[in-house]
Amino acid sequence: MTIRVGVVTFPGSLDDHDARRAVRIAGAEPVALWHKDKNLQQVDAVVLPGGFSYGDYLRCGAISRFSPVMESVIEQAQAGLPVLGICNGFQILCESHLLPGALTRNDHLHFICRDQKLRIENTSTAWTSDFAPGQEITVPLKNGEGGFVADERTLDMLEAEGRVIARYLDLNPNGSRRDIAGISNAAGNVVGLMPHPEHAVEPLTGPTTEGLPFFTSILKRLVNA
Amino acid sequence: MPVARVVVDVMLKPEILDPQGQAVQRALPRLGFDGITDVRQGKRFELELEGPVDEAALARIREAAESFLANTVIEDFTVRVEAEGEK
Repeated sequence: MTIRVGVVTFPGSLDDHDARRAVRIAGAEPVALWHKDKNLQQVDAVVLPGGFSYGDYLRCGAISRFSPVMESVIEQAQAGLPVLGICNGFQILCESHLLPGALTRNDHLHFICRDQKLRIENTSTAWTSDFAPGQEITVPLKNGEGGFVADERTLDMLEAEGRVIARYLDLNPNGSRRDIAGISNAAGNVVGLMPHPEHAVEPLTGPTTEGLPFFTSILKRLVNA
Repeated sequence: MPVARVVVDVMLKPEILDPQGQAVQRALPRLGFDGITDVRQGKRFELELEGPVDEAALARIREAAESFLANTVIEDFTVRVEAEGEK
């Protein structure tokens, strides 16, 4: 059985090709999805890639959230479809209210691009089950508006329910509250992550291959389902 | 043709860090503008409407502000009618 993972291209998406490549290297079949098309082509999971959808006008992810494809993604994510949002995709998931909180301008105001060390905090989500609990990984990070914010009650709730899935180690690159790099929804099928695991799946082009488990996790879950 | 302008102001909530506003505040004394203790930077939308701004029209604009123009997780907004006149 071939697992089919859709990758949405919005106007301004940059990392859709890398995301599709990561899906392929993980052993699944990447399916290109277009932002104007409501049809998800019966994929088994969806990746919302990084970039600057709709030029990041208004707010990052605010306009894409109302695109035709997101109508279907929101509806099916609420019904359990695994969805991973990376960087701009994370911003779109927050704007869609599939994930709580918001991503704001980096506290130092600079665009930052670096190899970032993370600790995987929760290995029970659809996208993190192939990691070892507490595993430390290094993947690229590049963003200008990557500071995760939410009110104290929401942050406490995320911590209490184990929904912080990855945390920044050594350096907090953007002022994210409680060093949060990624979170999940309550069901664990929707995950948002600010760093870029899709750029760390091959030794030739990435600092490590430690991003690959994000994409292999989904295979195991779907094959075992 | 009668034209009305409705202004939607969007500001980060007070508890959300505004690094843009802080950068502006830090630059002000360098430029000789003293005594400004805080700066916060927001967004202003000017919406032009056909016809009179009645309560129904304002309700639609508030809905647009709440669902789209502002992200109420981190931002507050206000809606006000600025001018009604001929164009």
